[in-house]
Amino acid sequence: MEDLGLWVIPLAILGGAIRVSTPFLFVSLGEVLTERSGRINLGLEGTLVFGAMSAYAIAYLTGSPWLGVLAAAAGGALFGLVHGLICSLPRVNDIAVGIAMMILGMGLAFYFGKPYVQPVAPDLPSISFGWWSDIPQVKAALRVNVLFLIGAVLAFAMWWMFRATKVGLIIRVVGDSTDAARAMGLQPALIRTSATAAGGAFAGVGGAYLSLFYPGSWNEGISSGQGLMAVALVIFARWNPIACFGAALLFGGAGALGPTLQSVGVSEGYYLFFAAPYVLTLGVLIVTSSPTRAMTGAPGELSITK
Amino acid sequence: MTDQTASNPLATPSPNGFLGTLARRSEAVILPLSALLVGFAAFSIFLSLQGKSPTEFFSLTYRAGFGTAFSWQNTLSRTAPLLFAALCVALPARLGLVVIGGEGAIVLGGVAAGAMGVIFTNSSGLIAVPMMVASAIIFGALWIGSVGALRHYRGVNETIASLLMAYIAIALMNHLVEGPLRDPASLNKPSTAPLAENLRVGDIPGWEVHWGLAFGMLSCVLAWVLIDKTTWGFAARIVGGNMRAAQVQGLPVGRLIVGFTALGGALAGLAGFFEVTAVHGAANASLATGYGYTGILIAFLARHNPLAIIPLAILLAGFEASSGLIQRRMDLPDATTLVLQGFVFISILMSDTLYGRFKIFAPERWRST
Repeated sequence: MEDLGLWVIPLAILGGAIRVSTPFLFVSLGEVLTERSGRINLGLEGTLVFGAMSAYAIAYLTGSPWLGVLAAAAGGALFGLVHGLICSLPRVNDIAVGIAMMILGMGLAFYFGKPYVQPVAPDLPSISFGWWSDIPQVKAALRVNVLFLIGAVLAFAMWWMFRATKVGLIIRVVGDSTDAARAMGLQPALIRTSATAAGGAFAGVGGAYLSLFYPGSWNEGISSGQGLMAVALVIFARWNPIACFGAALLFGGAGALGPTLQSVGVSEGYYLFFAAPYVLTLGVLIVTSSPTRAMTGAPGELSITK
Repeated sequence: MTDQTASNPLATPSPNGFLGTLARRSEAVILPLSALLVGFAAFSIFLSLQGKSPTEFFSLTYRAGFGTAFSWQNTLSRTAPLLFAALCVALPARLGLVVIGGEGAIVLGGVAAGAMGVIFTNSSGLIAVPMMVASAIIFGALWIGSVGALRHYRGVNETIASLLMAYIAIALMNHLVEGPLRDPASLNKPSTAPLAENLRVGDIPGWEVHWGLAFGMLSCVLAWVLIDKTTWGFAARIVGGNMRAAQVQGLPVGRLIVGFTALGGALAGLAGFFEVTAVHGAANASLATGYGYTGILIAFLARHNPLAIIPLAILLAGFEASSGLIQRRMDLPDATTLVLQGFVFISILMSDTLYGRFKIFAPERWRST
């Protein structure tokens, strides 16, 4: 085998970016859908963890990882529905409800997930795009999971939906102005709740990826803030699904930095590299936010940008 | 409405009399307490559906959390960090900010105190302890204060930023206690070097509960004075009520935001100091056990009133103190407390929609029936 030298690092980061980005992609797509309708769901971290648990449990019990993904989507939709319904009450703070749903989601996931920490559930299939190469590192980097491809397609589909379909226009109107939506005879609360439920389903699928492919096991430390970072990523991506796809890859690469350096034997400052995605997220937020201007592309009814 | 009251003063009590004041004040007590009970009820249904007895759960919680002198000591020791953590949420909340990253300030404050204890290990406690306290306060204040600064000067969402900074703080702590600050003798659990005996903060005499509890309660009282009795607190409440009006009035909004967030962070840092010097004896991963997150729930339950934080922190500390016994006796997972907290949190937030809906709490509307 030829020696790749330092090329190992960018190659592993590229592979890592593809592997690590999928949960970011699904959660951020879900959050785009929710926020475009004018509501924020900070609880997607809890939904992600609950999705990871339910996918793992159902995949283990039925032997089918796809049923696990379905269960995660259903569980996520239920969490989104509850969040949406509670936020429809007048004078309830949607940011605080998100925090509460995050605590409840993690609590329920750990509560019901305890018996599934030991057993091994079947993995989701992946497609190898590295057949043309003899180098194992290249092959490993290009082993792409089916959910990543589905997520990529969904990103473009959602972009097209917002741009060119009636449903997309309705969601955008509700998100930009409750009054305008009412004048058009739309029901803002109903549409927001549906968009929040659908967004929750996306986040649940992101969780299924965590437990059924990478890292591919269920434990209480399965997600360390990916759901929250994905929410921040939506602001960075300016509520544009295709930009979310790019941002998810970038964040995935940052998340892969620590494990990659560890795998090539760099152990000095491992925990600092582990913090890279959080630092990157914070940096991106600082650079892209503004105290005076309204953010370009931000839905008008969104509580965090008002 | 005043005319009606004047024409028939005997039919209803005066809105400004004792009963009127009592009615107005009781809304802020009765609604949160009812929401707490609704949360407990929802949790009881959840337990019953699992075939577990809610009665057993709550009676075990009472016994292990509040039943004996020993369980009170356990509960009150856990109360101390929760008081500080809840203040770290409640103080910024009065300005309308939702800061949830107090865990980060607790962790960094603890590491700073532990590191100072190592540096000053041979000096007298009169020098070392103030240095430890100061470093814990400064790091906590910088950490959460910068969240406030980012919010005001850059428009960065404080909820997301504070939680990200909590993750960064935990990563920093892991780096420091596994690397530069690691005591080679700590094998299974990487820690800073154990503090010298004279740097450990002891118990309140006769209580067998460490001094953190007394300072935590004192902080709650002082925070209440600050918010309710000083001009700064008044200005902060105006900012929380209407940011734009405060700016038009020429209030120093930026300084208030940075000041209140930094103060909250300083208090959370103090929680870390007490955890290190009074409980663990060294800084290690035990600092990040979720006190910061329980503090969020307490602050919301207390409706960000520092005095109400005291009883609610004791209550939630009791639930945490009893969770070990409940796990063993009822064969429940350790996440049970988290589920309970989730139910109570959602219930309390939903109750926000009920304020002003009940006529009994609004004496000026009593006549109109």
